[in-house]
Amino acid sequence: MEFKIIMPRIRRELYNKEICACSIFGAMNRDGERFTGAGVMKAIANMHVRGNGLGGGFAAYGIYPQYKDYYAFHLMFTGHNLQAKLSAKKELDAFLCQNFDVVYDEEIPHGDEATVSDPPLVWRYFVLPNKQGEDAKLSDEDYIVGKVMVVNTKIENAYVFSSGKNMGCFKGVGYPEDIGEYFMLDKLYRAHTWTVHGRFPTNTQAWWGGAHPFSLLDTTVVHNGEVSSYGTNRWYLEMYGYACTLQTDTEVIAYAADLLMRRQKLPIDIVAKILAPPIWNAIDQMNEKEKKLLTTLRMVYAPLLMNGPFAVIIGQTGKMIGLTDRIRLRPITAATRGEMFYISSEEASIRLISPQLDRVWTPNGGEPVVGELNSMRKV
Amino acid sequence: MKSFVFPEFQIIRDEEKCGQCRGCERQCAFGTHTYDPVADRLVSDEYKCSGCQRCVIFCPKDAIVVRPSPSSYRPNASWSREKIEDLKRQAETGGVLLTGCGSDKPFRIYWDHIVLNASQVTNPSIDPLREPMELRTFLGAKPDMMEISAEDGDVQIKTELSPNLMVETPILFSAMSYGAISYNAFRSLATAACKSGTYFNTGEGGLPREMRDEFGKCAIVQVASGRFGIDAEYLNCAQAVEIKVGQGAKPGIGGHLPGEKVSQAVAETRMIPMGTDAISPAPHHDIYSIEDLSMLIYALKEATNYEKPISVKIAAVHNFAAIASGIVRAGADIIAIDGLRGGTGAAPKAIRDNVGIPTELAISSLDRRLRNEGIRNRCSIIAAGGIRCSSDVIKAIALGADAVYIGSAALIAMGCTLCQKCYTGKCNWGICTQDPRLSGRLNVEIASQRLSNLISAWSHEIAEMLGGMGINALESLRGNRDHLRGVGLYEWELDVLGIKGAGE
Repeated sequence: MEFKIIMPRIRRELYNKEICACSIFGAMNRDGERFTGAGVMKAIANMHVRGNGLGGGFAAYGIYPQYKDYYAFHLMFTGHNLQAKLSAKKELDAFLCQNFDVVYDEEIPHGDEATVSDPPLVWRYFVLPNKQGEDAKLSDEDYIVGKVMVVNTKIENAYVFSSGKNMGCFKGVGYPEDIGEYFMLDKLYRAHTWTVHGRFPTNTQAWWGGAHPFSLLDTTVVHNGEVSSYGTNRWYLEMYGYACTLQTDTEVIAYAADLLMRRQKLPIDIVAKILAPPIWNAIDQMNEKEKKLLTTLRMVYAPLLMNGPFAVIIGQTGKMIGLTDRIRLRPITAATRGEMFYISSEEASIRLISPQLDRVWTPNGGEPVVGELNSMRKV
Repeated sequence: MKSFVFPEFQIIRDEEKCGQCRGCERQCAFGTHTYDPVADRLVSDEYKCSGCQRCVIFCPKDAIVVRPSPSSYRPNASWSREKIEDLKRQAETGGVLLTGCGSDKPFRIYWDHIVLNASQVTNPSIDPLREPMELRTFLGAKPDMMEISAEDGDVQIKTELSPNLMVETPILFSAMSYGAISYNAFRSLATAACKSGTYFNTGEGGLPREMRDEFGKCAIVQVASGRFGIDAEYLNCAQAVEIKVGQGAKPGIGGHLPGEKVSQAVAETRMIPMGTDAISPAPHHDIYSIEDLSMLIYALKEATNYEKPISVKIAAVHNFAAIASGIVRAGADIIAIDGLRGGTGAAPKAIRDNVGIPTELAISSLDRRLRNEGIRNRCSIIAAGGIRCSSDVIKAIALGADAVYIGSAALIAMGCTLCQKCYTGKCNWGICTQDPRLSGRLNVEIASQRLSNLISAWSHEIAEMLGGMGINALESLRGNRDHLRGVGLYEWELDVLGIKGAGE
């Protein structure tokens, strides 16, 4: 018998972080009335020059009322030809059948006259978890997160880009208004909350999965900026089982939001103080109680501080949150008009679809603006 | 026996400049310079010279040059001058070769093969003169998550936190014991640590009673295998307790403070009789396994009422990362790792120059190990051994350290020239000696000012480099290898460091 001694060597992580500048926009009807994507497409098109046609995407909440109790998986199958895409789908179908009860699936309708390049095969599945063995102990959500990580790291050419209930992401390579047209968001879908992203990556390798929003369960993130703490955030999140596979810093914000808000159940005000904490000089001058809280937060969650310039819109079921970095290198504008709540990179885009506004303001760095269905906490 | 070893240094005296003041004679504890009254000139015995440059710097006429001796044997790649002379010395004495300071051997210095990142266009660099730049660091265990209760905006923390050390800059003074170094040097380190918002480490020689009130607040006290100077007050006056298992300069062996250095004051502090050798055994005789270490960690936590973080210092050796992971699980709040180039007051040369692994590799593999096991939060890493400048510090942090210990660098700030004769007790700079005539040369006020200046200078430089990378809080650089690239390294080295090659 022959023995083979294997000396394992841990390979260094040759990840690439994509760098991009972007436009972001979000609109919410706090009464929960649903509206088509036409308005947000018009608004994001107004910030056309902030993107370069290498990525655009939408997150829409409340679009699948008929399937609202099922997790809606949006899948992308990539490959050089249809054959390759179908073979990835075959593998994915087998995986889904093994781990989920699929109640309905279909190709996501798209308009082929839209100007997008090299679209992948995009499919949606409405599923319920089918937990077996060890997995039975997991909550549904942890189970979904685990399986999404498996698909995205293990199944080649298949990529889950949306996995929440009664919501969905639509994204791809192209200007956001083109992506919206491709998926016919202005005709087929009505949502109470829309977030949108137009992308300007500085490297040219564009792939459909790399566009925003990034999502996990019902948390979606559209992001403008560059996270210079990416390496630190990444290792911290990896310790909690989040595989950062998408080569972009936005992903870490989505995972951080999931870890802090869903798994650790921290309220958004606290989460904002973790992602974009006040500076020590300010903390040192606060009263004892605040000082203790913020000092503890910075101590415990130091690796989740998001450094560098960023503005994000985080979407969750019933919530839309805007946040900028702690020294506001990427400002955002927030506005309200009646029950409508807007967040945008530029005020002009808001004015374009809602010329009259009740209130318009630029939130401070590290200060979250939160819109909630029916009740607004901070506006 | 006639020694066959050349003098190491050549002393050149400019007779025209020399004013026969005999300053050099007084400065040199080794007795290199003597005055010849007949010829009215100073003569130098090069055999005695340690090359410490004290006479050169203190000569009022700048009349002296001390440089490596040009004498040489027939060049031989295998039998270098050092190898030949070491061998001769051993043939003459039959003993172990002693030396001081960190290894001077040309092992690859990874710091010099790693370059840092800077922002261009997509991410604005930050000007530390205009924007806040935060170096504050907490050392100790952190919980995996924080539980809070929030009612009507009133937020209460429910998670109980472990004690942490707060430093305003991630640079601490490494363990150097009173006994090994002089009282003045020891006090200078303590003074500077308090002034600069950081900590000094007492080493294993205890903390003099009269210093406890004033300097306990910036002290980390050490518990080593010799257990010198330990009582309840010693443990409780400090902010953290460190169990010393190993030292980078001499992994696997103990320490030996010769009786000549054990003065009355040293004896009192160490709680041993005056003039006796203070011997630290190679192992702790109550630690023969990881569970024994755990017992000591918890004994110290009990003794300090769970109010102080417990650090465990180990030398970086081949399998240390796995051991360190065990140490974290055994309850340590801080792991201090000391690499191959770590300094010492006395060590067998064979050990110093041949045992252990470089700090840079050690930091990275320890950080990765703890991350892979999901326990990186449960301890902080302090890296030691060969930190020479602010860029070494920032690279250590990007490789995964929380802070660094500086030893040699601090001594150099006080005047040390790394002459490696610490073990003789005749330090002309007043640092590594108990001779009152010599230690009196070190002025605490001036030396502590030099140390604070060093910390301040490095902190400014760190802030400058951080700002350049578009980062305004040091915690965002910790373990952030994305900001490092290797130049001139082999693939395996890049793998261990976890960094990409430049341009990759």
